[in-house]
Amino acid sequence: MGNDRPYPVYWDHLLLNASQVTNPSIDPLREPMELRTYLGRKPEKLELDDSGERLQIKNPLPPQLKLETPILFSAMSYGAISYNACEALAKAAEKLGTYYNTGEGGLHPNLYKYGKSTIVQVASGRFGVHKEYLDTAAAIEIKIGQGAKPGIGGHLPGEKVVEDISKTRMIPRGTDALSPAPQHDIYSIEDLRMLIYALKEATRYTKPISVKIAAVHHSAAIASGMVRAGADIIAIDGFRGGTGAAPMIIRDHVGIPIEFALASIDQRLREEGIRHQASILVAGGFRNSADVVKAIALGADGVYIGTAALIAMGCHVCQKCYTGKCNWGIATQDPYLQKRLNPEMATERLVNLVHAWSHEIKEMLGGMGINAIESLRGNRLALRGIGLTDTELEILGILPAGR
Amino acid sequence: MKRIFIKEEVCMGCRLCEIYCIVQHSRSKEILKAFKRETPRPLPRILIEEKGSISFALPCRHCEEPYCLEACMSGALYRDEQTGVILHHREQCVGCWMCVMVCPYGAISRDVREKKAASKCDLCGGKDPPVCVAKCPNEALVWVEIK
Amino acid sequence: MMEMVIIGNSAGAIGAIEAIRKVDATLPITVISEEPYPVYSRPLISYLLSGEIKENQIFYRSKNFYEKQHIKTRLGRPVTRVDFEKRKVELKDGEKIPYDRLLIAMGGVPFIPKIEGGHLSGVYTFTKLDDAKKLLSILPNVQRAVVVGGGLIGLKVAEALKKRGVEVYVVELANHILNLTLDETASLLLEKALEKEGIHLMTSTTVERIIGDRKVESVQLSNGKTINVQSVILAIGVVPNVGIFKDTPLQIDKGILVNERMETNLPHIYAAGDVTQSYDKILKMVRPLPIWPNAYHQGKIAGYQMVGKEEYQYEGGFMMNSMDVAHLPIISIGLTQPPSEEGYQVFKQFNREANIYRKIILREDRVVGAILLGEIDRAGIITGLLREGLSVKGFKKELLKNPFGWISFPKHLRKERFEKPK
Repeated sequence: MGNDRPYPVYWDHLLLNASQVTNPSIDPLREPMELRTYLGRKPEKLELDDSGERLQIKNPLPPQLKLETPILFSAMSYGAISYNACEALAKAAEKLGTYYNTGEGGLHPNLYKYGKSTIVQVASGRFGVHKEYLDTAAAIEIKIGQGAKPGIGGHLPGEKVVEDISKTRMIPRGTDALSPAPQHDIYSIEDLRMLIYALKEATRYTKPISVKIAAVHHSAAIASGMVRAGADIIAIDGFRGGTGAAPMIIRDHVGIPIEFALASIDQRLREEGIRHQASILVAGGFRNSADVVKAIALGADGVYIGTAALIAMGCHVCQKCYTGKCNWGIATQDPYLQKRLNPEMATERLVNLVHAWSHEIKEMLGGMGINAIESLRGNRLALRGIGLTDTELEILGILPAGR
Repeated sequence: MKRIFIKEEVCMGCRLCEIYCIVQHSRSKEILKAFKRETPRPLPRILIEEKGSISFALPCRHCEEPYCLEACMSGALYRDEQTGVILHHREQCVGCWMCVMVCPYGAISRDVREKKAASKCDLCGGKDPPVCVAKCPNEALVWVEIK
Repeated sequence: MMEMVIIGNSAGAIGAIEAIRKVDATLPITVISEEPYPVYSRPLISYLLSGEIKENQIFYRSKNFYEKQHIKTRLGRPVTRVDFEKRKVELKDGEKIPYDRLLIAMGGVPFIPKIEGGHLSGVYTFTKLDDAKKLLSILPNVQRAVVVGGGLIGLKVAEALKKRGVEVYVVELANHILNLTLDETASLLLEKALEKEGIHLMTSTTVERIIGDRKVESVQLSNGKTINVQSVILAIGVVPNVGIFKDTPLQIDKGILVNERMETNLPHIYAAGDVTQSYDKILKMVRPLPIWPNAYHQGKIAGYQMVGKEEYQYEGGFMMNSMDVAHLPIISIGLTQPPSEEGYQVFKQFNREANIYRKIILREDRVVGAILLGEIDRAGIITGLLREGLSVKGFKKELLKNPFGWISFPKHLRKERFEKPK
């Protein structure tokens, strides 16, 4: 689980707008609302063909991920979480028309059938990465860093590496699965570009490539480099992001709030005129649908939820994931405990969670007189700050409440 | 027609089905009275098998062509014409254990306490769903429409 | 409409009626029986004799069974012959019943050995309700009785009489009781239990002659002893009741021969139950299998076949018996004593103190027989393995473990069955 130190939660210092008199609000129960979101590189400009009955886009579009709601399930590896939990995430993603992320644990063969709803990760340990894995997925994510433990690698204790996991990860049974802190082939933006294009080549340019980093001090500059290196999606993980296992000193003291990282990255990419070249996903401590709406107003395209999804499945946030003795059958490989999580029930709960959030998002959009999530993206005029210093307001690019 | 499906993958072996089966077939239908006051306590009509990390609860499958019905020589076992459920007349039963001998699921147990008589699942006499399904906290027993 | 006629009124007949009615609610069915009673359970007559059940409990189906199922009955009306040419069943009283489909389910009759004095009053067989009633009526005058035959019927009668306060002797020709059903160990355990109940067993013995003047007074045994008794019960076994079909075109060996559709050699004539000889899939031979489940099952198949449901076929049966005598529940299934050492694998568990004996016999990694004594719970799982001929290769060591159950099976065997009723 994530950082629980009393750092300020900036979402709670942001307030949303609503329509009154001059622009009518919309009732989402009576009028259509659009939450559909496409993730991926957008072309410089659109050439349209209006000769036929329907308007057609003439120039070829780079590969896109189509989401029915701008909420995705965060990277949680098979190993860190149980097979049943993975299956529930996969099923829920499919039902919801969104995506879940394998983390760096590889993909269990039984879950290949959910490939169209799967984002697969290529991380520093390269666990479970092979051609079929890449081909099955809808998108590939290169993991550079994780919000819960920026600067360090992953650690799956050998006790959790049971038969199925060893096969999926392609490592010997019972050995600790330690992924290195850096990607040993990436020491520069140019190196990152090589990996991005290697993956694009391997999948014949049919899938968007995402690059995930932890929110750190120079995120904006790094993000700019990532986009220029060819990333179609950049994922930023804030310091409240959860983890199955991380040294507490790192978890509690390294990284920056996602709100600031997002605002500065969106601002930087806009200033450089490359914002359209990549979509921005944010992760790390999203607690409710208002956080999602605020993030989108700050410039995000979509939001990864991890802890919230786990809580929907039954997690009680006891923060003992690393012991492998999760009582709820989520973060465990113990066969006795694992079966406590019924994937059918967990799927239903995940679907309920995201449906409920989506309804709430529609209500908030309607209140603002907006009928498509597209229209809110990066619209910082929809936000006002409260209890923030001038500097914080400046970084977030918003006005204080009352202005 | 609905029947019970068993999903061993998610059975935790908590035995709540067994407990509520006993309550349902007790005289008072109240958990404390059934366990503290009533003797003999009804036998559970659902059998729980457990070995290592695997467990599941096994009630009568209410077969389409049941062997128990063929073997029952007292006429105690019969099929309810409307529901197709295989039921048992305790009074008619003589405890010959022919049904125990032929049920391929081993889903019929012997009650030798007051009189010799078989004991089996009656799907709670039409309760929808039966208590074992209703009380299973992890949906390891599910109530599914067949045919 | 086609006329369905059934001769017989026990398990086979009811199996057929219930199968026919599952398919067709109105087809005319006539049931003919020489006994005047509505369908009752022959195996229960010993329970009636012992007083464990009341007379109304002996009936196998409800009072209004025939009415509800729209069955015409000719009860208490013996059949003298079947005119296969004209398709008519002729009754003793002259009535001729035409049929389009005929099921012969006349059961078995007791085998009566030739013994000097066998004609005396007080000598009974014990297979029918009337036998039990007769015995009950003379019970006050019987202090001692001898039961000839240590088979299942003999032991049940002996136990019932003992419960009624009669001094009982059981005489068995073989060196152990139930020698066809059990093995030596199991027989010995049961013998001990019976003797504890106060039943006198005399094995390797026969009755040489029955002595008396009109009424039985004593029996002389092959071991030289003479016992004073008031009644002799002959319980040596049953044979198919095929008397009226001798010298007819109907093919008979010991019993009526049938194919897997329960058809005899004559068109539209079916036979089921103890009157037939059926394929024993364990012994791989055709022989009488006079047990209730087999009779009902065959009747059911015959019934389905008679109304054109050809997908129901007989896949062969096997002997199995469940008994609870002298407070000792015993189940025996299939082959209980392997004919040779070779090719068979035997697993045993024996606990003399607890009176538990369990034995399972495998042939080519498949269960072909079992004896479960004392501890019989979930025996049906073993029966199921035998019936389906499933290989137990991976889990044969588990078969005698307690608890044994579906959990010992490979998962894929459970999977499909647990998600769908059979």
